[in-house]
Amino acid sequence: MIMGFLNSISYVAAAFHTLAAVVVISALLVVFVRNIVHSVLWLAVCFVSLAGVFLTLNADFIAAVQVMVYAGAVCIMVVFGIMLIRRRDMGETNLFNGQTVAAAGVTALVIMLSGFLSFKVGSVTSPAPVPADTVGNIATLLLSKYVIPFEVAALLLLVALVGAVFLAKEVKADADSDS
Amino acid sequence: MENIFIGIASSLRGFFSGLGVPDLYNDIIMLVVKLVSILVFILVNALWLVYMERRVCAFMQSRLGPIHVGPKGLLQSFADIGKLLGKEIILPKGIDLVVFLLMPVLIFVPPLLIYAVIPFGKDMVAVDMNIGVFYLLAVASLSTILFWAAGWSSNNKYSLIGGMRSVAQMVSYELPLILALLGVIMLTGTLNINQIVNAQNGIWFILTQPIAFLIYFIAGVAETNRTPFCLVEGESEIIAGPYTEYSGMGFAMFFLAEYANVMIISAMCTVMFLGGWLAPFGLDFIPSWLWFFLKMYVMIFIFMWVRWTYPRIRVDQLMGFGWKVLVPLSLANIFVTGVGMYIYRAIGW
Repeated sequence: MIMGFLNSISYVAAAFHTLAAVVVISALLVVFVRNIVHSVLWLAVCFVSLAGVFLTLNADFIAAVQVMVYAGAVCIMVVFGIMLIRRRDMGETNLFNGQTVAAAGVTALVIMLSGFLSFKVGSVTSPAPVPADTVGNIATLLLSKYVIPFEVAALLLLVALVGAVFLAKEVKADADSDS
Repeated sequence: MENIFIGIASSLRGFFSGLGVPDLYNDIIMLVVKLVSILVFILVNALWLVYMERRVCAFMQSRLGPIHVGPKGLLQSFADIGKLLGKEIILPKGIDLVVFLLMPVLIFVPPLLIYAVIPFGKDMVAVDMNIGVFYLLAVASLSTILFWAAGWSSNNKYSLIGGMRSVAQMVSYELPLILALLGVIMLTGTLNINQIVNAQNGIWFILTQPIAFLIYFIAGVAETNRTPFCLVEGESEIIAGPYTEYSGMGFAMFFLAEYANVMIISAMCTVMFLGGWLAPFGLDFIPSWLWFFLKMYVMIFIFMWVRWTYPRIRVDQLMGFGWKVLVPLSLANIFVTGVGMYIYRAIGW
């Protein structure tokens, strides 16, 4: 029923433009607000509305992944990061520095690169309808055609996990020897 | 009896088409009607659960509990709501006003979004989603940051400690929760909640996946911040955790959201392990939605039973138990399930 509603194109266009505006504005606010906790909250808004953009493209699985991994986990990682810095007052924690020239250069480079890439790819539209079951197809592709990158990513995560455990143990040993 | 709610829905739809409402708007109206009825369902049940919790607690502690307001104290929750609505909203010094006032409202959004995919009976699901289970887990993970933001914006050390505890606890116990459900998903090969219920026609998954059920139940208690995992709001340590500074209805919203989450975890236990709305022993003269409701309330009662039986555990015990017991156990369960499925197929039963 929702999918039928989304398929009527003008509503999709309206939803897409609204969501795109929310994504862009909240992403800008992440950079511009002066309190870093507010930045995290705007980041969560940005991620959730990006999931909405995926929904307008009928990619419901990717939308759920976006909500779970980015809004649910990445934001929490940032929260951990913020809470580990010892500041009494969270005001004025997300300020600008004076590196305008370098920032302008990098920004121009990124914009040029993404513009070039999108120009090169062009807009691809497939006449085929979106399959109802995207999850099964993604699973088949991940475990057949793209199994090597998938396993490499899994290995990378395992290495990060072992590294994290090792670092945590190291700190604990130091604390014991100090006392 | 079986089709009473479906009958109401289709007659409402027929009424609107009779008025000449186009199909698209009719769909929207029906969706709004379904969501509003879910909201009413949550609120009425939460009110009842507050009363039930107090009565169960009183029974276990050899007390009477609320008995004076209304017959058998049934109107106590309504009196409480009236009292809470009448209370002043106190804004402490140095709070982050917008975040502070927004969080009690937003805390109700993830539970409401989740109820959209829970099948309350045969063909009684507001949105039949292909990736139902995954959607549910994804949306449920959103509440963590809301609890933390509520605690942080209160400008109170107990609130902040409670908020950080909720982050640590919910992140740690989300993992075994998801891994436990994976066992069921492997058996059924689908993420659609309706198909998972239908797959339990022969045998409930609590019998084929008992370890997964236990892990899910324990992690579910932790996710809803209830005793013995109530470190987030441990009254004797940090007053009320993230809700310390909230007064009146703001506090009540967090309280209601907790009961909404308890209902979600119980409903998910029912759907994933207890056969959902399927009738056991062929007793299908009782309608499917009543079966769902009964099983859900059995689970809720066990939640309360656990709450009033065990004391609170320590933070290090919480983390150790989550990461050293539940996560390896759920991984082992996935492994055993996979091997078992292959042996099952090889024997060719």
